[in-house]
Amino acid sequence: MLKKIIFQFLALSLIFTYSVQSAESGGMPQLNPEFWISQIFWLVLTFGLLFIILSKFILPKISNNLETRKSQILENIETADKQREETEKKVKEFDKIINDTKVESKNFFNSERQKVLDDINNKRLSLEKDIEKEIIKAEEEIDQLKKTSQEKITKIAIETSSDLVKQLIGEDINKSSLSAIVEDLSKKEMEKHNGI
Amino acid sequence: MAANPMYQFNVYRIGPEIKINNIDISFTNASLFMVISSLAILVIFNLGTKRSIIPNKIQLLAELSYSFISKMISDTAGSKAKPYFSFIFSLFMFVLFCNMFGMIPYSFTVTSHIIVTFVLAAFIFIGVTIIGFIKHGLGYLKLFVPSGVPMVLLPLIVVVEIISYLSRPISLSVRLFANMMAGHTMMKVFGGFVVSLGIVGGWLPLGFSVALTGLEILVAFLQAYVFAILTCIYLNDALNLHH
Repeated sequence: MLKKIIFQFLALSLIFTYSVQSAESGGMPQLNPEFWISQIFWLVLTFGLLFIILSKFILPKISNNLETRKSQILENIETADKQREETEKKVKEFDKIINDTKVESKNFFNSERQKVLDDINNKRLSLEKDIEKEIIKAEEEIDQLKKTSQEKITKIAIETSSDLVKQLIGEDINKSSLSAIVEDLSKKEMEKHNGI
Repeated sequence: MAANPMYQFNVYRIGPEIKINNIDISFTNASLFMVISSLAILVIFNLGTKRSIIPNKIQLLAELSYSFISKMISDTAGSKAKPYFSFIFSLFMFVLFCNMFGMIPYSFTVTSHIIVTFVLAAFIFIGVTIIGFIKHGLGYLKLFVPSGVPMVLLPLIVVVEIISYLSRPISLSVRLFANMMAGHTMMKVFGGFVVSLGIVGGWLPLGFSVALTGLEILVAFLQAYVFAILTCIYLNDALNLHH
């Protein structure tokens, strides 16, 4: 038993020392200067080439792309603004045109209406004048007719009465006395008419 | 020794040994993943350069990354940093893709090697310092003299500022390298636990492993972002001197 434990311990310590020794022999590979020059050489070569290619060919392209995108976006925004302003202007113009036409149509309608009304008025006035003239004429005619009719009536009355008297008596009577009588009678009749 | 959690960081030669003037520049697995990352970046972003007003998915990805990094740079370093855009873009994408390719099992993480991150950081440090001196001449040294500091403290502050400035490449490189190495080592360790504890006890470390994978993907993105944004901040110091 003891033999076994001692053997195990020995084996373990052997492994331990072996590993420690190997680690020491390796140490930190970073501090082993064997490949330092090679590493510096390849670092300078690869990094130098990377820097040259990036700065000469690739980065200008990327920055160019970014610039063009920026300028294009700005341009697009500008044109969009311009177009919006234009549409606003157009909308205003459109509104103005609609307003103008509304006002114009109203004016036109009003003026036409006024014209028609004036025309109607004028026609009515002239018609009324004509009618008045006609009425005056008619009245004059009536007046004249009245006058002439009375005279005629008295004449006829005188004639008929003279005729009657002639047939009744068989001789002519003085016309003036007859007319006086007829006028007197007719006056009385007229008074009677007017009096009623 | 595949069980060794550090084994995954081993660099080994692929193909023949290439030597120029006795300097070994052979193609290694690290080089392979650098090439793969760069090619992936180039392919994806080249597909994203189609000229269409309404982008497709890849184009959208490319353009979103472009505007993301462009915004990051203009936020942290201002408009003067525009000429350095493609460098920071390449840097961010390279680090991000190397980190992300490292997340594929049995692959190699390029950025988990201090030498790679240190070369990048040192290049940035030297470049930023040169830009600072070109833009401001010797006036760039005013960076080490903050305004509104009492005269008594000034010598101390200047020393501290100089040390902090000089430690920038180290902090920048070690941050990325340590994050990547630690994460991958931890994942390997938990994977080893799954194997050694077997079907009975392996479920808990397996769950941890899954959670760690998600965390590591986040870290992969975050470290690339931090690397790029710190570069921007250093660049900002060099371009707009108002300390």
